[in-house]
Amino acid sequence: MDSATSDLTGTRPPLHSTAANGLKIVIVGGFGVGKTTMVRSVSDIRPLNTEETMTRAGEGVDDTTNVESKTTTTIAFDFGRISLNDTTVLYLFGAPGQERFWFLWDRLFTGTLGAVVLVDTRRLVDSWYAIDRLEQHGMPFIVARNDFGGPHYSAEEVREALDLSEDVPLIECDARSRESSKEVLITLVNHLYRLSSSARENAP
Amino acid sequence: MKRPGRDEDPDRLYTVTGGRSRSNSDAFDLVTLVVSESQPTPGMQSEHASILRICSSPTAVVEIASDLNLPVSIVRILLGDLHAAGRITARHPRTTATAADRLPDPEILKQVLVGLRNL
Repeated sequence: MDSATSDLTGTRPPLHSTAANGLKIVIVGGFGVGKTTMVRSVSDIRPLNTEETMTRAGEGVDDTTNVESKTTTTIAFDFGRISLNDTTVLYLFGAPGQERFWFLWDRLFTGTLGAVVLVDTRRLVDSWYAIDRLEQHGMPFIVARNDFGGPHYSAEEVREALDLSEDVPLIECDARSRESSKEVLITLVNHLYRLSSSARENAP
Repeated sequence: MKRPGRDEDPDRLYTVTGGRSRSNSDAFDLVTLVVSESQPTPGMQSEHASILRICSSPTAVVEIASDLNLPVSIVRILLGDLHAAGRITARHPRTTATAADRLPDPEILKQVLVGLRNL
């Protein structure tokens, strides 16, 4: 690799020349819940950061001027990467669950395999909005409870607090652990596999 | 008077894309893998040259955006230019067996599971 390239890409190892299919999984959660930690635990590369901006017209129009007001939404997100085999690369995105983020969902995350909602049981309310929006988008997800010590709630209590349907898997995890974070992803993909295979069986 | 913002100077972004603020299509997914088909040439816009260097091995759109420190939408416009000029090829994601499928193809999910278990 020439030096001009490594200046740009840092120490990131290049993908295999046969890499051809990029897949996406999104980890959604409130601030400080451990999204980046989880991405870092399983990623082949040090997590990178990027942003997307979107300008929307007509929001909060000020009646005293005739100038159409525009608001610019900027969303920053982290991501990591896992090479699954010579052709398939899985990208993991850590995304903030706050309201403005969802304006960019379609543009950024169409085609996402599924999502992990990472929750902190001390602040379950933070994840209500994300769960609502994922359901609205018809995006399959699981809920992973990141263990921060704190008081212990039973799975039933968490499920009830989140108003989570029985068919959405809920698991405990430690986002700092590679094995545990790997297990979270495997749980999600198993869930997707079940949904996808049963949809095919029931297809006309 | 202008309030100092923390965001990228919009003038710079305007210049990078020659005044365009949106791409013609959403052809480039965040995880579309881009590969350069030619070397940078003298006099080429620096962002275009950087993309050709970065993509000497397959690189996702989102990685390019991060490397160039530019918003994804701006990078999509730059990639559109290079693609139209035949200087890059794009390997688009395939997740479903048919366009009508809402859920990913079980065969692809199986591959993902095997890959994750082997980590």
